[in-house]
Amino acid sequence: MAVTATTVHGASPKAGSRTFLAKLRDGDEVARLITFLFAMFVVLIVVFLVFELWRQSALPRHKFGLAFLVSSVWDPVFDRFGALPFIYGTLVTSALALFLAVPLGIGSAIFLAELAPPRVSDMLQFLIELLAAVPSVIYGMLGIFILVPLMRQYIAPALKATLGFLPLFQGPAYGVGLLTAGIVLATMIVPYIISVSREILLSVPRDQREAALALGATRWESTWKVVVPYARAGILGSVFLALARALGETMAVTMVIGSTPVISSSLLSPGDSIASVIASQFTEATGDLYLQSLVELGLVLFLLTFILNGFARLLIVLTSQRGSGLENA
Amino acid sequence: MSTRVRWRKVVSHLMLAMTGVCALISVSVLFFILGYLAFHGGSAIHWEFFTKLPAPVGETGGGMANAIVGSAKLLALASLIGVPIGFFGGVYLAEFSGSRTAFVVRYSADLLNGVPSIVIGIFAYTILVLPFRHYSTLAGSFALALLMIPTTLRSTEDFLRSVPRSLREGAMALGASRWKTIISVVAPAAYRGILTAILLALARVAGETAPLLFTALGNRFWSPGWNQPTASLPVMIYQYALAPYEDWHEQAWAAGLVLLGLILVVNVIARGVLARGMAVPRS
Repeated sequence: MAVTATTVHGASPKAGSRTFLAKLRDGDEVARLITFLFAMFVVLIVVFLVFELWRQSALPRHKFGLAFLVSSVWDPVFDRFGALPFIYGTLVTSALALFLAVPLGIGSAIFLAELAPPRVSDMLQFLIELLAAVPSVIYGMLGIFILVPLMRQYIAPALKATLGFLPLFQGPAYGVGLLTAGIVLATMIVPYIISVSREILLSVPRDQREAALALGATRWESTWKVVVPYARAGILGSVFLALARALGETMAVTMVIGSTPVISSSLLSPGDSIASVIASQFTEATGDLYLQSLVELGLVLFLLTFILNGFARLLIVLTSQRGSGLENA
Repeated sequence: MSTRVRWRKVVSHLMLAMTGVCALISVSVLFFILGYLAFHGGSAIHWEFFTKLPAPVGETGGGMANAIVGSAKLLALASLIGVPIGFFGGVYLAEFSGSRTAFVVRYSADLLNGVPSIVIGIFAYTILVLPFRHYSTLAGSFALALLMIPTTLRSTEDFLRSVPRSLREGAMALGASRWKTIISVVAPAAYRGILTAILLALARVAGETAPLLFTALGNRFWSPGWNQPTASLPVMIYQYALAPYEDWHEQAWAAGLVLLGLILVVNVIARGVLARGMAVPRS
């Protein structure tokens, strides 16, 4: 049968060879353009967000310069603003949270990935995901009504009695404070550490475990000396991801940190964090300089989490690529 | 068995048991939260809580009807803004984009996902509150929408990509154009996953408080319009929990129980029913 060279609209053998007009007639170009605009909106939003944070913090940036970051005076009455107490509070509470949450999170992840039977592991993972869905204002409420009184009456006196010689545990115990905020934060970030670490651990090739066991390692030794080191970078990534969450966490911290812009060596002392000072003072900020100083704090927070998130993603991608790479080899 | 080997086995069992204890502690937090909220909030939930406005300061009683409606309005408008952007953006990434634009869009979405919600609130404030000189439902919804976009976009992309090639090829072979293939074959095949992701995103922003503090603000009365401040459950919980009145604390517990209950129900439906056997992306 002789085939004559007829062209059927939109049905030529190679889609790529269709003319622009044909694609336009099919609606493909229109659909492409529309979806492209929606996608570009996301890019624009991010650019605009950075631009707005920059623009709306012009006043304090010009007035204080870099001194904004190192000054510890926050005095709205005399229009003097320094970010140091808040940066300090953010870093200390986040560090505390990591200190408490990392062992718990990684321990749980090891149990879920290495020990628990798949069905149990899946069910526990489901519960962990639910836990991650609990809003932070609810953690804050539980913090105020349970942890703060507990802290004031039992935990702080006990810490002072045993470790009171350290500068970390001195001064009056108000209940609210850096340590309380750290504990609440820790509870909140454990689910993130567990979920990500579990996936990373599950992606470690089976032969790694089998080789270790075959060499006579106990189950724990194979886990701790072979599997965990293999997944090290990814687990570190999950920790950074959790740290980024902790830095930006607002409500729960605001409710239990005590909202006092001071730098104290004692963990029992009240403090304030970047996110919580924005939350508690933004609506009552009178005057442009005051408001814009809060916006600049937002900018600082944005940059902190931006750097951490980038680093965390890099680590996670690197590990998962290595995992699958070896599996195929 | 030498003592060394026995010792190593003891250590092994001990440490593995410890990991079990860790997991137990982590999971039990959920039951603790649920139990505590049910215990304290359960007694404060009654019909008036859902139907009445907050009582004037100093009086007991009253409810949170305006906050419940306010939250619903905020979420509805947020989905109206956020879901189309996320969905069509995801369609673009999965079906139309070149690798370079895809990288830029994906990177932006990931970046947006990592922005602390309080900073999103500042952004919504500077572009929707400052120019109009008052707080509004719209500004709050916009902030929540921004929090929904990244998850919706990335999971739409992922689920569209996971639709088997043969389905697309079948449709194309029948002469369907690309967008017709997407609309009538690919998207329906992926809808369960995408819907799950949207529901989860919605559940996540339902509890967000920080971005609403200076966008939707709060209101002790019915909100008169979309360009006026409105009450919402999370902000109400925050204000009531910090207030010095015993009666308000009880209502905060009740509101917390209602909010958490809704969020967990949506989560269970989305993860357990809709997404049975699928890998659900993390928000």
